[in-house]
Amino acid sequence: MKGSITAISGPTVTVVLPDLKLYDRVSIGHGGLMGEVVRMERERAVVQVYEDTRGLGIGEPARGLEKPLTVALGPGLLARIFDGLQRPLEPLGEAQGPFIRAGKAPAPLEPERSWHFVPVKRAGEVVQPGELLGYAEEGPFRHWIGAFNGGGTLAELREGPFTVQDPIGAFADGRRIHAVHEWPVRTPRPYRRKLAPSEPLVTGQRCIDFFFPLARGGTAIFPGGFGTGKTVLEQTITKYADTDVVVYVGCGERGNEMAEMLEEFVTLTDPGSGQPLTTRTVMVVNTSNMPVAAREASIYTAVTMAEYFRDMGYHVLFLADSISRWAEALREISSALEEMPGEEGYPTYLSSRLSGFVARSGVVETRGGRIGSLTMILSVSPPGGDFTEPVTQACLRNTGAFLMLDTALAHRRHFPAINWFQSYSLYSDAVADFFAETVSSEWGALKDECRALLQREEKLREVAEIVGAEGLEDEGHLLMHVAEQVRQKFLCQNAYTEDAYSSLDQTHRRIREILAFYRHAEKRLQAGESLEKILKEATA
Amino acid sequence: MRLSEHCYATIASIKSPLLLVEAVRSARMGEIVRVVFPDGSEMEGEILKIDGATVLIQLFGESYGLDVEHSAVVFTDAVKRAPLSTDMLDRVFNGSFLPVDGRPMFVPDQWAPVTGFAINPTLRGSPNEFIETGYSAIDGLNTLVKGQKLPIFSAAGLPSKEMAAGILRSARMVVGGKEAAVKDFVVIFVALGLTHHEYAYYMQTLEGMRTRFVAFINLANDAVVERLLAPRFGLTAAEYLAFEQGMDVLVVITDITNYCDALREVSTAREELPGRRGYPGYMYSDLASLFERAGRIQGRPGSVTMLPVVTMPEDDITHPIPDLTGYITEGQLVLSRELHQKGIFPPMDVLPSLSRLMQRGIGEGRTRADHRGVANLLYKHYAKGRDLRNLETIVGREGMSERDRGMLDFADAFERDFVHQGEGRRSIEETLDAGIAVLKGHGLETP
Repeated sequence: MKGSITAISGPTVTVVLPDLKLYDRVSIGHGGLMGEVVRMERERAVVQVYEDTRGLGIGEPARGLEKPLTVALGPGLLARIFDGLQRPLEPLGEAQGPFIRAGKAPAPLEPERSWHFVPVKRAGEVVQPGELLGYAEEGPFRHWIGAFNGGGTLAELREGPFTVQDPIGAFADGRRIHAVHEWPVRTPRPYRRKLAPSEPLVTGQRCIDFFFPLARGGTAIFPGGFGTGKTVLEQTITKYADTDVVVYVGCGERGNEMAEMLEEFVTLTDPGSGQPLTTRTVMVVNTSNMPVAAREASIYTAVTMAEYFRDMGYHVLFLADSISRWAEALREISSALEEMPGEEGYPTYLSSRLSGFVARSGVVETRGGRIGSLTMILSVSPPGGDFTEPVTQACLRNTGAFLMLDTALAHRRHFPAINWFQSYSLYSDAVADFFAETVSSEWGALKDECRALLQREEKLREVAEIVGAEGLEDEGHLLMHVAEQVRQKFLCQNAYTEDAYSSLDQTHRRIREILAFYRHAEKRLQAGESLEKILKEATA
Repeated sequence: MRLSEHCYATIASIKSPLLLVEAVRSARMGEIVRVVFPDGSEMEGEILKIDGATVLIQLFGESYGLDVEHSAVVFTDAVKRAPLSTDMLDRVFNGSFLPVDGRPMFVPDQWAPVTGFAINPTLRGSPNEFIETGYSAIDGLNTLVKGQKLPIFSAAGLPSKEMAAGILRSARMVVGGKEAAVKDFVVIFVALGLTHHEYAYYMQTLEGMRTRFVAFINLANDAVVERLLAPRFGLTAAEYLAFEQGMDVLVVITDITNYCDALREVSTAREELPGRRGYPGYMYSDLASLFERAGRIQGRPGSVTMLPVVTMPEDDITHPIPDLTGYITEGQLVLSRELHQKGIFPPMDVLPSLSRLMQRGIGEGRTRADHRGVANLLYKHYAKGRDLRNLETIVGREGMSERDRGMLDFADAFERDFVHQGEGRRSIEETLDAGIAVLKGHGLETP
């Protein structure tokens, strides 16, 4: 199918091309720029182009590819860095040099690399769609290969070396089985059923694990103004979270930060497995100066990969930094399409698109009968730090944990700058049993005690601001002292030192010690000992 | 590719700075056009949008004297390019890259599209080398490193001009504690919407410069659209000098607020849907297309570092311009009216200021081994002293403990002896020594 360009406006191009379907991919112009159909009017179609349209001319050819935007899923995804359209950035750099140019790109999965397939099914067996057939070792990771394109009676399944281009077997009806398949990014991958989240996702961040636990299969947002440490917190979680696979999408953020992260990941090891972090990570990077339409697509590309690993029965953590940049990309495209705007110029479908996206998280029983989970952490960059704006509000309606990053805390260099009064996690109850059983039965009680302490301190602080710190009773001074300890030694966590990761036991021990000291000191104070002496002994 | 230039006399409407031309065949997005005025003079413009045979053009200048009947538009079949050569060094250009220093135009070695291309994130080099600005508040506590973009957030009436000029004069590249060769360091100065008063001031600064420079000057009465173009010329020149010629380039852009206002003006003329405060919804992406051009490339010498000046309208840091800038840049240097009123120069408030890349650019072999320690202590004690100032206004100085009074004195001394430095410049050694002296002077520990 061939046609031609009739109009161009920013990232959207109108083409006259017959027989297109909505969301079909279209190759635009002599340079073969990629785009997808977002609107159709009679014989004309409006295409959202993923690359810079500068230099594109009227009358240049357009070709329909008869398939939507898809990602290639198979061995070789891990430890790689892709852009929002799954173009591999490292080979792209080798081919094009340091600057990214539009047009042709290398294949997403290395075509020549050899893998070793080990089947777990045999010829003659009947497999259901989505059932796992065998695996290939991808570094320390077991990459499962399944009947993701449909089931049937197996005629052949070859153990041994293969590349992503070769079939690894065949069904009795002649269909070949490949280790790689393509999946349209905007279609959620199917599963048998969804389960309620019940296990926590341990992040190694004391404030989160203790006060606002995340759940495997849950969703959390980190909203915060600039300089509140969203990116550092997300990257720290990426490094230390107790999970099998991490899919990180840098959506419209800084290039230098991404470069720094890439550099670090090669050298850091996963505290769980002792392997380099890259071996469990897939990165999708679309920095703020890369094309806007590709930024819009990038979170779908990334989440599809995350679902793919989930379907192998793994626990997958998906992080997006930041979802606001995605929403802005949506707004730019919507505005180029001259749609009627909603609040602050965002399209009215912002909230429904977002909820559709967030719904791709969860704990599922896969079609192959395994249990896998996809947890989502999204950072939000509210303009002016104003949480009443549409993106934060849309996120709040759709997610389970809200970790508010506070500018005032950040200015005091209290990191992670999670505000302990405003933040919440709806998973606290669901995972409470887990903590009580695996860490300590007093976990919940300590939490309540600690929270009450911080609340009393807040009140006392207001009083102190009026009467002066000198006007407080000794009990008040002790409380202020302990609360300070909680803040400095427990809630604060330096992402650049050993302390960046705290196991649940360490977290528990630390808060127990601080609170035990408080109870003890309070008793001594009531018995008439001087505060000075108690504190002096404590520091000695 | 067309073989010849096409000329059309089919202007349908003029809505400054936009033109609609009809019955155009095979126009290109971003193509440069020459508009011929009835009096024979010419002006360049760029294609913004094409709908069939109707083309929307943005003029790079004022459209006085243009008419529908006698004017013509020539389509050149090329996108906007910048002429490049090392001969542009020590020259002053206007926002259209034409010399305004009385000397003839140089002969370009090559041409490059002004919008540039995104750096592949996997090939970005890590920004970890120190740039000395000569100001203690920056070098000591909010260190600038090569390849970083670090804006100055100023407000009306604050001496951002003097500070930018000071940095133009005294910025040095320091390698392992020693200054790098002068020939490899270049400052590119992009001024947008300058008043004549400011223009005179900056020209004087440029004349006395020790480092080599290239200046792009757009005056307040020059064309608004040029304000969108000048930073792109500056950055294209910077990329050429950095990545083709191996130089370390510091780009100072003043003032981003004028840039954003120009962006809004053009957006409104295009009848686009306005976002917050009338600024277009794509302002984040547009600013990113400028700021993200800062960086380094693995395996190549040279770097582009950016120091844009943003004047916060109504002193409001949550205004869309500083807000979006802060989300893209790697930190911010915030000027304070309060410090300015105390006569402190530069009036930089270190508490809300931040350099995200500082960690990697300081310490042994880059600045000095005790840099991190000195910075942390100064920051900690100053923050404490500032907190206590609030208390002081309530309970009075007498009501405070001796230790607290000491911290108040420290905060004053920190502002007076460390942040304040008047006209002088300090090397990083002097900065750190000044910091240690303030700490010692108040009986505080030093690293």
